Amino acid sequence: MAKGRRYFGDGLAYLNPSDLKGRLIAIEGTDGVGRSSHIEMLQEWLEVQGYGVITTGWTRSNLMSKAIEMAKQGNILDRWSFSLLYATDFADRLEHQIIPALRSGFIVLADRYIYTAFARDTVRSGDQAWIRNVFGFALVPDLVCYLRIDTDTLALRVLESKGMNFWESGMDMKFGADLYDSFKKYQSLLIEEFDKMAEEFHFEVVDARKPPEEIQEALRAKIQPLLRNERRLAPKQAVAAGAESDRAATPTPDS
Amino acid sequence: MTPPIGEKHVMVPPAITFGQPHAFPGKLIVVEGIDGSGKSTQLLLLQKWLESQGHNVFFTEWNSSDLVKETTRKGKKSKSLTPTTFSLLHATDFASRLYHHILPPLKAGMIVLADRYAYTAFARDAVRGVSRGWVRKLYSFAIRPDLAFYFKVPIEVAIDRLLGGTRGQFKYYEAGMDMGISQDVKESFRVFQSRILSEYDKIVDEYGLTVMDATKEIEEQQDDMRAVATRALEQYKPKRGGYGKRASVFWRRFGVSQSK
Repeated sequence: MAKGRRYFGDGLAYLNPSDLKGRLIAIEGTDGVGRSSHIEMLQEWLEVQGYGVITTGWTRSNLMSKAIEMAKQGNILDRWSFSLLYATDFADRLEHQIIPALRSGFIVLADRYIYTAFARDTVRSGDQAWIRNVFGFALVPDLVCYLRIDTDTLALRVLESKGMNFWESGMDMKFGADLYDSFKKYQSLLIEEFDKMAEEFHFEVVDARKPPEEIQEALRAKIQPLLRNERRLAPKQAVAAGAESDRAATPTPDS
Repeated sequence: MTPPIGEKHVMVPPAITFGQPHAFPGKLIVVEGIDGSGKSTQLLLLQKWLESQGHNVFFTEWNSSDLVKETTRKGKKSKSLTPTTFSLLHATDFASRLYHHILPPLKAGMIVLADRYAYTAFARDAVRGVSRGWVRKLYSFAIRPDLAFYFKVPIEVAIDRLLGGTRGQFKYYEAGMDMGISQDVKESFRVFQSRILSEYDKIVDEYGLTVMDATKEIEEQQDDMRAVATRALEQYKPKRGGYGKRASVFWRRFGVSQSK
């Protein structure tokens, strides 16, 4: 999986991805499913083990975060601008955060990835092709963990924490008479899309209805193999096969 | 604007694509060319003429939407734009203008004049190193113009116009200074815009743009342009916002004579 890093589609014609040696791990799932808190815990867990970690999150680019905030407050969103704003944000983070970090051997934990954009655009347009072409410049992650939940559990959880908001309820689409109805309808359509993509793109699915400790456990179990892989592959010249089981072991002298 | 309240959510792919002519009652006329080709001057003169003929004309230009103008400006200033974000920002601007500025007047039967169109992105972004295939797919939601003029000009003429004319200097990104071609702005402009010229040449063939000789005198070019536009508008029936059948019944009832 780690070898031959590749682009999702057309790619960045001016950048060869083959030397991006870190690990790119995407945590996907719909709004309010608990992605951010799990990413925080994963980062802690990995850093304790000595791995360099950066996190990157949807709409958090320097370039676009303000524009997206403004657009959400107002008015301006047709389907294409909506998706292109997010694509621009993603591209900015890809080129200024993700790629440099991978090149230096970091583990990148991405809070949402291109699949979020696919789900949202497809739910709004019924068309898959365009949005997938747009994100053709994205790197294919080494691992996508999909935190799956049902809408009833999700609705309760969101109401208990921060409440439902306009965009997470898909109110721009008028899916229902009020916030609650629209939320349920919109989120069920998104989950449907995620479910389809889980098969198509081989996501690792984690049941997000479980208690947080169990979810975290499950996520770590999915990520672990990727790390062992890395320890084996990274120091190409020196480390012998026996050294991988014990991280503290000094490299064996034969090479 | 937020989408109209109560509009039904219909899951259909967008009916319009770059590949096919649009079916709106209005007409879309665009101009393309490098900086200093004189395209904006020519478009302005065309607008004056169309308006004098009694047409309803709507004008829109590249990179002017409220949605991303500020962001593009900031990104350019901090020089943090990559070829891909540069391309995506312009596509976002274009999408927003298409939705808010181009489609409504076309649906209303107006003539829309666009200073630069998707072809600008095809030419520039390719020169910046973005995949040609990708940028075309990116803009696949755009509608095909009814008429697209390309103002072809040799690079030296463009440089002379820009230096001798009102602008007097080159802008950083227009000169391709982000590409590290040369420290000298004029030289960078020459190399960068020459590459764009050869990219345009391919696009002219690919999309059948109408090539204009942009070295001619302004009024000569305008004569040519008006002649081409006249032919393109032969089938065009302007909507006058007149009175429908129901309305005439209404006015008759009250004995009001209608204006024609």
